Amino acid sequence: MKLSGAEILWECLTREGVDVVFGYPGGANMPIYDAMLSSSVHHVLVRHEQGAAHMADGYARASGKVGVAMATSGPGATNLVTGIATAMMDSSPVVFITGQVHSRLIGGDAFQEIDVTGITLPITKHNYLVTRADEVAEVVREAFYIARSGRPGPVLIDICKNAQIEKTEFIYPEKVKLPGYKPHSHAPKADLQRAVELIEKAERPVILCGHGIIMSGAEEVLHHFAVKTNTPVTSTLLGLGAFPASHPLSLGLMGMHGEAHCNLAIQKADLLLAFGMRFDDRVTGTLNTYAPGAKKIQIEIDPSELHKNVPVDVPLLGNLKTVLTDLIPMVDEYEHEEWLKEIGEWQTYGEALSIMDWPDDGKLYVSHIIHDLWTATGGDAIVTTDVGQHQMWTAQYYFLEKPNRWITSGGAGTMGFGLPSAIGAWFAHKEDEIWTVAGDGGFQMTAAELSTAVQENANVKIAIMNNNFLGMVRQWQEFFFEKRYSAVNITSPDFVKLAEAHGVPARCVTRSDEVQEAIEWARNTSGPVVLEFKVEKEETVYPMVPSGAALDQMLRRPMREMV
Amino acid sequence: MQYTFIILVENKPGVLNRVSSLFRRRNFNIESLAVGRTDNSEVSCMTIVADCANDLDAHKIEANLYKLVNVIDVQDVTHQPAVTRDLALIKVRATPEQRAQVNNLADIFRARIVDVAADSVIVEATGTEEKIEGMVELLRPIGILEMVRTGQIAMTRGEHSGIRRTPGANGNGWHEEEFVVEA
Ligand SMILES: Cc1ncc(C[n+]2csc(CCOP(=O)(O)OP(=O)(O)O)c2C)c(N)n1
Repeated sequence: MKLSGAEILWECLTREGVDVVFGYPGGANMPIYDAMLSSSVHHVLVRHEQGAAHMADGYARASGKVGVAMATSGPGATNLVTGIATAMMDSSPVVFITGQVHSRLIGGDAFQEIDVTGITLPITKHNYLVTRADEVAEVVREAFYIARSGRPGPVLIDICKNAQIEKTEFIYPEKVKLPGYKPHSHAPKADLQRAVELIEKAERPVILCGHGIIMSGAEEVLHHFAVKTNTPVTSTLLGLGAFPASHPLSLGLMGMHGEAHCNLAIQKADLLLAFGMRFDDRVTGTLNTYAPGAKKIQIEIDPSELHKNVPVDVPLLGNLKTVLTDLIPMVDEYEHEEWLKEIGEWQTYGEALSIMDWPDDGKLYVSHIIHDLWTATGGDAIVTTDVGQHQMWTAQYYFLEKPNRWITSGGAGTMGFGLPSAIGAWFAHKEDEIWTVAGDGGFQMTAAELSTAVQENANVKIAIMNNNFLGMVRQWQEFFFEKRYSAVNITSPDFVKLAEAHGVPARCVTRSDEVQEAIEWARNTSGPVVLEFKVEKEETVYPMVPSGAALDQMLRRPMREMV
Repeated sequence: MQYTFIILVENKPGVLNRVSSLFRRRNFNIESLAVGRTDNSEVSCMTIVADCANDLDAHKIEANLYKLVNVIDVQDVTHQPAVTRDLALIKVRATPEQRAQVNNLADIFRARIVDVAADSVIVEATGTEEKIEGMVELLRPIGILEMVRTGQIAMTRGEHSGIRRTPGANGNGWHEEEFVVEA
């Protein structure tokens, strides 16, 4: 049967199991939108294409499936760019489909012609320019396969208008033919043996749990390994949720705003087990002082991540879940009593400095609000964040027990990610409670998506931490630029009125004794809800490893005088 | 030090751009790049000479190349028995009286004169980089008007293949293998 390229596209999307796409129409993708009317896939009309990209990303991270976002050529496609880069940096499987001008016009500066495959080359795992209808089926099949396999990532398909319109025989390719693409799976037995030798000798081992655990679905295997070897687990920002926070072996967040005892443990360790993490500069501090006494084992699917920042003694190239599964029967059970006790002492000292023990002084601290949110939701909500101080506090105080419920922009640190990614996550888990925590700055970057939330009646709860500042930048100016505040005072609209103008119920909270009640009200109100919290303006995220410092040279929260 | 890589890629539009863009964004330095067909119409072969401090840099280049979906195979032939060739066309100022002198030089380097004009000739030379450099130095005093070069192409000798590295618990942190790839 002959179908148009656009019809083939929707047929292929359906066969890939796509049930929702996020997008925006325009001249160059009109045939795709026309063919959509006969498809059962649900389309979410966003307010800005960046929103579509983050929604598809949030959907992918929450569901573990491939997300899909669409845009027209030219400005539609370039509006996606920040979202594509965000997905790339965090290895999120998203397929982007953009319209392109007629293939005959390419290279002639036609209306809304922009070299989208050129622009997105460095920020996609792979991309395609489709100039003929008979390429569509094969390309879509490959794109989904590439996006979800190996180290996942975004793939973009730029489809010329004529390729959407032309009719061709629809042949669904049974297999993908990619001679150069072979994701690794098992690591060689001899390499595993070398790892075992290091594990057996270790007295102070630490597991560094990264996003790869979640991407490969290795949470249970990790749990098994950690418990069997009695090894404490610390997480990267994106690894949170892979290991239950309440587990006695769970240490918490590492890195620049990580818990002091995690960073101390890493620096004092004699063995680091890096599982699906890439030694980003936000978790290592200065490289030449990083974990000086530790041997390093790294399990990683992407060969270019091995020896990239930190040379490792035993690189295990392969799928994390597969490799870890192979490794478990080879290791014994160990004690590590002394080591765990030592870490426990650091932890106790850290808790003494914690803001959590501050007596209620009526003021609003983000960390306390996050704690209340965690308590109210039983730690069971899907939480997305924007980028900044509130993101770090949420990472520190919303303790996660399960994977795929923590959605934040790590590698790219993209402000504006919070609300759209929450909307995307809602499409993956409509039955679940979904919260997004945003700053007053970041929320305003993609606030237009409130309207999308309303149109879709997306049940997302939005908590805006309003400190009248671009808080994280302000914090850096306070510490590293002698408090010379430059362009960090930010005014905001009346968020309650803004929400209400969208038909979204909203409340503003100014006192600590109103927090819990407001959270309950939001939880009991269906559909999107906005809570604005007027929080302390010049609070600091502690601990903090200043850039250029060693990982254990943290600035700690000063001990508070109790009144 | 200069490392030489032989890279087989799918013969598809834009692949050269993907490779060169990768070198740029990862901050690898290309000394020369040559690309052309192979006996298989679906596969092209690139020879890239790049500046690497050591084998670790070479590993980084290889591992990043493999991230490109269209890259089929990468071999490091730097330390392998291989034939490497560069082709140069050199236009030299030569009056009829000087032609014999140019001709003699060309003979020594087993180069050929492929075009003769009133006051210039074109010399075609193939060989290793050093050989061509050597000839260029001797032609320079006579007067070089123009020069183009293809950049190096390389092929391993006999049964040998290049080195393929995969990260692993071995020596410097990777396994080195030499094996013949089936096309
Ligand atoms: C798109 C983008 N622009 C700029 C930045 C730099 N930046 C990082 S955090 C931050 C401040 C965020 O302020 P706000 O959203 O109010 O959150 P807070 O830090 O106060 O919690 C800025 C400007 C960024 N991460 N992303």
